[in-house]
Amino acid sequence: MADTLKARDAKDVEAAVQWAVAESKALEVVGHGSKRALGRPAQFDATLDLSDLSGVTLYEPEELVLSARAGTPIAEVEALVASKGQELAFEPMDYGPLLGGPTGKGTIGGVIAANLSGPRRLKAGAARDHFLGFSAISGRGETFKSGGRVVKNVTGYDLCKLMAGSWGTLAAMTDVTVKTLPGAEAEATVLVVGLEDARAVEAMAAATACACDVSGAAHLPAGVAMRASIHIPATGAVTALRLEGVAPSVDHRQQTLQALMKPFGEVALLAGAQSRDLWRGIRDVLPFAVTAPAGRRAVWRISTAPGNGAKVGHAIAVKADVELMYDWAGGLVWAALLPSDDGGAAPVRAAVAAFGGHATLIRAPAAVRAAVAVFEPQEGPLAALTRRVKEGFDPMGVLGPGRMWAGV
Amino acid sequence: MSVMMPAADEAVLGRRGAIVRALSAIVSGEGVIAGEREMRPYESDGLTAYRQLPMVVVLPETTEQVARVLAYCHAEGLKVVPRGAGTSLSGGALPLADGVLLGMAKFSRIREIDFDNRVAVVEPGVTNLAITRAVEHMGFYYAPDPSSQIACTIGGNVAENSGGVHCLKYGMTTNNVLGCEMVLMTGEVVRLGGKHLDAGGYDLIGIVTGSEGLLGVVTEVTVRILKKPECARAVLVGFASSEDAGECVSKVIGAGIIPGGMEMMDRPAIHAVEQFVHAGYPLDIEALLIVELDGPQAEVDHLIARVAEIAKSCRASTLKVSTCEDERLLFWAGRKAAFPAVGRISPDYYCMDGTIPRAKLPLVLKRVRELSEQYGLAVANVFHAGDGNLHPLILYDANKPGELERCEAFGAEILKLCVEVGGVLTGEHGVGVEKRDLMPAMFSQADLDHQQRLKCAFDDKGLLNPGKVFPTLHRCAELGRMHVHAGRVAFPDIPRF
Repeated sequence: MADTLKARDAKDVEAAVQWAVAESKALEVVGHGSKRALGRPAQFDATLDLSDLSGVTLYEPEELVLSARAGTPIAEVEALVASKGQELAFEPMDYGPLLGGPTGKGTIGGVIAANLSGPRRLKAGAARDHFLGFSAISGRGETFKSGGRVVKNVTGYDLCKLMAGSWGTLAAMTDVTVKTLPGAEAEATVLVVGLEDARAVEAMAAATACACDVSGAAHLPAGVAMRASIHIPATGAVTALRLEGVAPSVDHRQQTLQALMKPFGEVALLAGAQSRDLWRGIRDVLPFAVTAPAGRRAVWRISTAPGNGAKVGHAIAVKADVELMYDWAGGLVWAALLPSDDGGAAPVRAAVAAFGGHATLIRAPAAVRAAVAVFEPQEGPLAALTRRVKEGFDPMGVLGPGRMWAGV
Repeated sequence: MSVMMPAADEAVLGRRGAIVRALSAIVSGEGVIAGEREMRPYESDGLTAYRQLPMVVVLPETTEQVARVLAYCHAEGLKVVPRGAGTSLSGGALPLADGVLLGMAKFSRIREIDFDNRVAVVEPGVTNLAITRAVEHMGFYYAPDPSSQIACTIGGNVAENSGGVHCLKYGMTTNNVLGCEMVLMTGEVVRLGGKHLDAGGYDLIGIVTGSEGLLGVVTEVTVRILKKPECARAVLVGFASSEDAGECVSKVIGAGIIPGGMEMMDRPAIHAVEQFVHAGYPLDIEALLIVELDGPQAEVDHLIARVAEIAKSCRASTLKVSTCEDERLLFWAGRKAAFPAVGRISPDYYCMDGTIPRAKLPLVLKRVRELSEQYGLAVANVFHAGDGNLHPLILYDANKPGELERCEAFGAEILKLCVEVGGVLTGEHGVGVEKRDLMPAMFSQADLDHQQRLKCAFDDKGLLNPGKVFPTLHRCAELGRMHVHAGRVAFPDIPRF
């Protein structure tokens, strides 16, 4: 069984990586391990556990900035900023329900390394857009930093962007700084009932193209909607449009939006806690949770142009038994396919090739994740560039080798 | 000029005739400029203290031409400096005597406007404002608005990760770019991103944005366009001290309000501006704040009242809320004319661009005033108060011997001060040549080495825009070397399970 090295501080992390370099060992970098089942199953010689690098080191609400050790529980960070009426505006999803782990786990470092986001992605961006600075140990066993604690910064390359979404394969982050923002005073959700997927995408496009400042636009087809544990008055498909802000503004916009949506179908309104519950369920993809009837299905996360969302869904549906749900006005398609040897890779990859974007296999047995590409395959000069970037930071391949792509 | 550029390679200059002929075979007709007089407009960018004629100027029109030019230069070991409209304030497009200047101005087409997906696909030579102009008939706009937006190009915006007065709420270029087509120094073409969100692998477009033309040449950009807010209103507030103004900024944000724009000017800037544009700014104050709220009418009216209350609680000495669109634009006219206004009262001015934590503003302004006396040069301060981005404008006269050098030394002190209080060297203008030698004030050698290795992944011969951003040039082979001492690193003393 592989060793676990439990780092107490950044110095330990540096020592562990230097050891791995000297001994040619492959390290798996983990926080809580809440997303370990995501990615290619690779062979690691040891696990580098950063969960003891914990604690918020700076929080200045009026400066909209928070720094923390990378292993700080995301739940602790969210509770702290909520106590000051603030939030992480990128609304990081919790992979627990989807991957079969406990809810509320995960670290701030893991949130960034996976570049998590949520329904508000279409308005507020992802972790990458709120990540201001870090200190890390690269695969060379050297400590380096980038960015800072201010939002506006173009000093040198923006390495924060590269770290976000690199899944611990370039460097082990030890300290991170993120932007915090005021939370909304009020929220409401306008529901449109009974739309087919393609029509729902049109409705969401109309909603996001109006001055209503929609902060969430999701579509749950019939069947999926029923499982979202939401307080909806109908049994058919549900298209949900979220509005957030100060109360007079939300009130004004929900009237405008309801009028705009009337031609599409029957309209209803969710407010307060009911609205929050719905978006939490969409954020964490609860209809496809391990405990849901779709719990054994392979789950894909597909990012595409919003207008192509329903087309991607349809292209998969004509070839496979699939359940779908849409977020980001159609730009994010969650596809749950019946279990198979390739997890449905063939129809999913074909749909992405036809309509653009990228697909990631989020949930499947290890054997499937070993057999098919988990992250979007790359070719030609782009694949070579990715490889050179990896080699620049981790020439010996000691940090999570093979987790994103074989041989990288 | 005090920053040294890499020495010109005499062997390359000796081959100039052959190089011009080879480039003319790729980009025919007027696409290659080799006459000294014709190259003169390209000798500097917005940082005019630095000037250098390039070896030759090439103006390609297609991605294929860019690819062939770069492949040729890569094979021949020739340096290349990419250029958009040349509005950089940090010397990012400063030519090299032995380098090819690659002008992207002919890439000026808007390729596609896709309202359904709320994106525009444009060539890099399209100006920032032209994107908004192309979509405003449908009520849309492109959010980042650098003050040079009439002239600066989107390709240059990507290179510099440009900001503007609205970044606090709407982000910088990096938050508004979804995809690009880019030519590597080898001539290989890669596509990053597209009309969808997030990268499928490493976020390379996030790295290219703000890379100051050192990683590749962008030939197409896909940007997000946004629906114009229903309305916007501004409040103009005067304060007897910059401390009071700073407190007001913090309290507005502390109250959970993120304005569309929040700008501050100090007394010298207010006076210079008022004489120039007569915006009706009060003159008997130390600091002036413009706070703009945008969104639905109901929201803006609600929030503007709260901002006015906060301002009063911070001892505002004057307060005016815009009652119509003309008045709002008049409030902004002064701020937007700040640089030319200062240009009117001084033969030359030098614009600094540090970012600081907002709370440090009074301290930094006090130190800048002290330095101003010490160096004997006046300063006017313009400040993107919402995000802590400070633009001290140092007034000097380049015709007075030694004054430029004194001004640069003063500027360097200001930027080091910004780093000392927890800020950074540059918030939106870029490092370029201007702040290159100050990089060690913010970064260790290991920090810089990791950045330069990334450069090596894109440009292994270091031919794209050398001499910018990094104070010392290293060969990639040297940077890539690993110092592994096998057997000499003991198993680390870390708890094991």
